[in-house]
Amino acid sequence: MSWFSQTLTSSIGKKLLMALTGLFLITFLVIHAGINAMIFYNDGGETFTHWGHFMGTNPIIRTLEIGLVAGFLIHIIDGLLLWKTNNDARPVNYAVNNPSANSTWYSRSMGLLGTLLLIFLVIHTAHFWIPNRSNQFATGEELNLYQMMLDLFKNIWVVLIYVAGCFSLYWHLLHGFASAFQTLGWNHVKYNRFVSLIGVTYSIVIPLLFALMPISIYFGWVQ
Amino acid sequence: MEGNMNLSLKVWRQSNKDTAGGFENYNLDSVSPDMSFLEMFDVLNEKLVVEGKEPIAFDHDCREGICGSCAMYINGRPHGPLKGVTTCQLHMRSFNDGDTIVVEPWRAKAFPVLKDLVVDRDAFDRIMSSGGFISVNTGNAQDANSLPVPKEAADDAFSAAACIACGACVAACKNASAMLFVSAKISQLALLPQGQAERSIRAEKMVAQMDAEGFGACTNTGACSAECPKEISMSNIARMNREYIGAKFSSTAV
Ligand code: HEM
Ligand code: FES
Repeated sequence: MSWFSQTLTSSIGKKLLMALTGLFLITFLVIHAGINAMIFYNDGGETFTHWGHFMGTNPIIRTLEIGLVAGFLIHIIDGLLLWKTNNDARPVNYAVNNPSANSTWYSRSMGLLGTLLLIFLVIHTAHFWIPNRSNQFATGEELNLYQMMLDLFKNIWVVLIYVAGCFSLYWHLLHGFASAFQTLGWNHVKYNRFVSLIGVTYSIVIPLLFALMPISIYFGWVQ
Repeated sequence: MEGNMNLSLKVWRQSNKDTAGGFENYNLDSVSPDMSFLEMFDVLNEKLVVEGKEPIAFDHDCREGICGSCAMYINGRPHGPLKGVTTCQLHMRSFNDGDTIVVEPWRAKAFPVLKDLVVDRDAFDRIMSSGGFISVNTGNAQDANSLPVPKEAADDAFSAAACIACGACVAACKNASAMLFVSAKISQLALLPQGQAERSIRAEKMVAQMDAEGFGACTNTGACSAECPKEISMSNIARMNREYIGAKFSSTAV
């Protein structure tokens, strides 16, 4: 194995990839949430569609999108590999265990929360991204994503799945955000509290903003 | 005596590496609250010997919290309910009359059970011999003042060197990861001038050996540091990550 692949497949290397792709996905979510929040202008989707059109057609953004798909794939595959390594490291479990005395449940459940996010991601891309991109490929036309949202979020079950997805994201990031900094070795007495403050704020604000979208449409606050 | 306790113990018994083990129940009466946890085990073992039964095997040596031998997973936590102590420093006053206490060995693929509560921790020794040392030629000791060590570096190195390699970090971690141990050993030498010569190869080799032993990776849950009898800080793991990543991308060893 070359030193490069040896590094990235080592325990610390796998974590390095998790942290880098995790922070990359965190950056993506800011843009994603920001543009989707245009629906709160409540202008019949005009502003949202304007920016949606830009994101869906601009060649630079479309090229970056390849990086985004790669980022997701690396994070997911590496996450599942780590989950396996970590499970294998303890073949016999304790009969009596009290881990809540030393760590939070969500920090111990990153694999589970990630898998919930993965299930959500499949449902969510099947709702919007995949049909829109396939249509663009086939006809060159974009779909009316705003109208699709209004139709989809009439269904309470869909709204509940989206809200559950937001909860999974909240807990995943409540641990993941600060954890990524620690993995990268950025642990410093001067900045640790700042990093966890930003991490907690991010983990609340972004999922809350996302959750408010299906909820507002369901209750007719956004039309 | 006044204040003595009656306890039920559920202890893991296993005759050797290759046989399946199981829990055995024992009742122990009139346990003094001033006994250490290991003394309580001595009393139990004397009773078992008198009854003609096989005593329970457990590791112990210094009984003063400095050797790291006394590995026991007590009621779901390494070294029992207290913070910053080993099993030998845990006293029965931390328990109540009538309690049931469950005692298991450390559980990790890299720490196979040898007998009852005794696990094989040679994996730690192999990690140490892969790079946890400095190479010094013999000869006259040089003047100590020729190697200035900043006070902060000395303090941090000392805190890392407090690690007694007991394995509680591995036992507590949901991934059975040894990163707190390895990071303490890497940090201790990386912080001092004597450790500079082999600094990057040390990080590369010790991490490679850690992985080869079958320990898990770190999820940064912090369980290791919370359960560590010497309260080794997670900042050592961040330092190890910096040392390892830096070494991998910059050293000329390919
Ligand atoms: C938009 C979605 C996501 C974001 C923003 C995100 C972000 C993060 C971050 C920042 C970390 C911390 C990295 C570290 O500790 O160094 C992390 C860890 C993790 N993620 Fe994600 N993630 C997302 C989706 C997923 C998905 C879909 C999976 C699917 C399996 C997943 C699985 C994991 C696992 C298993 C870990 C823990 C790795 C470990 O430390 O053991 N994540 N994530
Ligand atoms: S017996 Fe030495 S630390 Fe407990």
